Amino acid sequence: MTNKKRLLENIIHGIFLILGLVTISFVLLISLYLIISGIPAIREIGLIPFLFGKTWASTGANPSYGILPFILTSVYGAAGAIVLGVPIGFFSAVYLAKLAPKKVKFVVGEAVSLLAGIPSVVYGLVGMLVLVPGIRKVFNVPDGASLLAAIVVLAIMILPSIIKVSITALEAVPKDYEDASLALGATPTETYFRVSVPAAKSGIAAAVVLGVGRAIGEAMAVIMVSGNAPNMPELFQSVRFLTTAVASEMAYSSGLQQQALFSIALVLFLFIMLINATLNFFLKGNKEK
Amino acid sequence: MITNKIAKKRRVYISLMSALMTISSLLTCALVIFLVVYVLAKGIPHITWELLSTKPSYIKDTIGILPDILNTLYILIATLAFVLPLGVGAAIYLNEYATNKKIVTIIEYAAETLSGIPSIIYGLVGMLFFCQFLGFQTSLLAGALTLVIMNLPTIMRTTQESLKTVPQSYREGAFGLGAGKWRVIRTVVLPGCVDGVITGCILATGRIFGESAALLFTAGFAHALNGFFEGLTSAGATLTVALYVYAKERGEFEVAFAIAAILMVLTLIINLAAVWVGKYFKGRRNI
Repeated sequence: MTNKKRLLENIIHGIFLILGLVTISFVLLISLYLIISGIPAIREIGLIPFLFGKTWASTGANPSYGILPFILTSVYGAAGAIVLGVPIGFFSAVYLAKLAPKKVKFVVGEAVSLLAGIPSVVYGLVGMLVLVPGIRKVFNVPDGASLLAAIVVLAIMILPSIIKVSITALEAVPKDYEDASLALGATPTETYFRVSVPAAKSGIAAAVVLGVGRAIGEAMAVIMVSGNAPNMPELFQSVRFLTTAVASEMAYSSGLQQQALFSIALVLFLFIMLINATLNFFLKGNKEK
Repeated sequence: MITNKIAKKRRVYISLMSALMTISSLLTCALVIFLVVYVLAKGIPHITWELLSTKPSYIKDTIGILPDILNTLYILIATLAFVLPLGVGAAIYLNEYATNKKIVTIIEYAAETLSGIPSIIYGLVGMLFFCQFLGFQTSLLAGALTLVIMNLPTIMRTTQESLKTVPQSYREGAFGLGAGKWRVIRTVVLPGCVDGVITGCILATGRIFGESAALLFTAGFAHALNGFFEGLTSAGATLTVALYVYAKERGEFEVAFAIAAILMVLTLIINLAAVWVGKYFKGRRNI
């Protein structure tokens, strides 16, 4: 190989190396920016009053920046979405992965993909005009824009992730396990629930964790149905999530108020990092088996 | 009959589980059908030529979404133009060049982390970095660059998956004929991963059309009619952001539903395209 050619190869290697490292630099950029811009407000307000303060009154004459309502709302919202969404997603996934005829599986699979592809503002819009008035009528409350409305919307939005990841996990179960169970006299339904599901449990757990991540991170659909008042979470109260707290005041905030919003984003980021770590733990457990 | 011999307790368990599976699956399907039918039924009657072909006018008190449609296209083009070389390059590095396992693990972990970060955080960092630090102001370009970071993992993953299906023997054959590494990548590896790149583009397109939280603070919500390059440097709402503004802040639900119906049709087309591309390339592979 001539020297010139070798030089060219080395340059190209270098270019691809840089392209590969871009991903890492993006993650570092995001983390650094969030930490640098999120710390000042926490310092000024104090970590404990910031995290555990029960009132958020950023525009008042005597501003108070406590984000406990947002944290709890996000946690309750995600938990509620999981309680509603996981059973539906789980049973659908078992049916689609194991029992559905090929055509049904294809059509429903595509329908689920469509559900995943619908923009979140469309969910928000439908929620605003169907769910919110519906809740007001059914439960006879003054305003339907509430934690419950957000939970229902989130439950629908996390369905596709739960179904898809669970199907992948269930399909990866070795056929021998199922054959052995069937040969011992168990019916197909018993086999799928007592053999396949336990064998795929870490994959299904990953699906649930992914759902939690989606639910905590969703902003636009939630902002449209949750009423957006910084109350402590109650099922029929207007509430504000970590995500919507950032979104709703960002446009007009400045000074300490804006810095506090960055701090909220930092808290949200830490939550997501924790969830990602849990997700990796389950997925890794799946691979090692 | 076998079922007659099964104990009652087992029969109850089986029928309970079957019932739960049927109900859940039907519920999922019903949800999808309801959403699609409801949005289309409410939105399509309000899609008029005037709405599609004009910009909003305060004098005539009319609303037009042409600027939003164009902004969406501009952002799409700009994002793909940046993210494709980055994503494909990163995938090629991981699959063809990287020998150090540690670097591969770290890059893959970084990509996973990126795909888990909520879009509102992208919006915030995009605003701080592109709009303020780099001085792009609130503009479509800042929005597009934010979306580049968001979509990078998608393009990387789909490209990497299709790179793995290029048989090793092709590369060895080319090396054996005396080709250098770069030539092998250019003439053998890249043509083999076209399907992954196209699939990645389709997925990214879907995500770009659907994104709103990341664009709210980076691209803004102006409705001015602009050309491509002029548009990139000025603020503008995409269709999803426009939907949000019309529904939440202005209470114009007819326009909001018209946009929602357009988005729904786009989502349908994108999903069908993904299926079709997958089938097309699978068919070609098998020949």
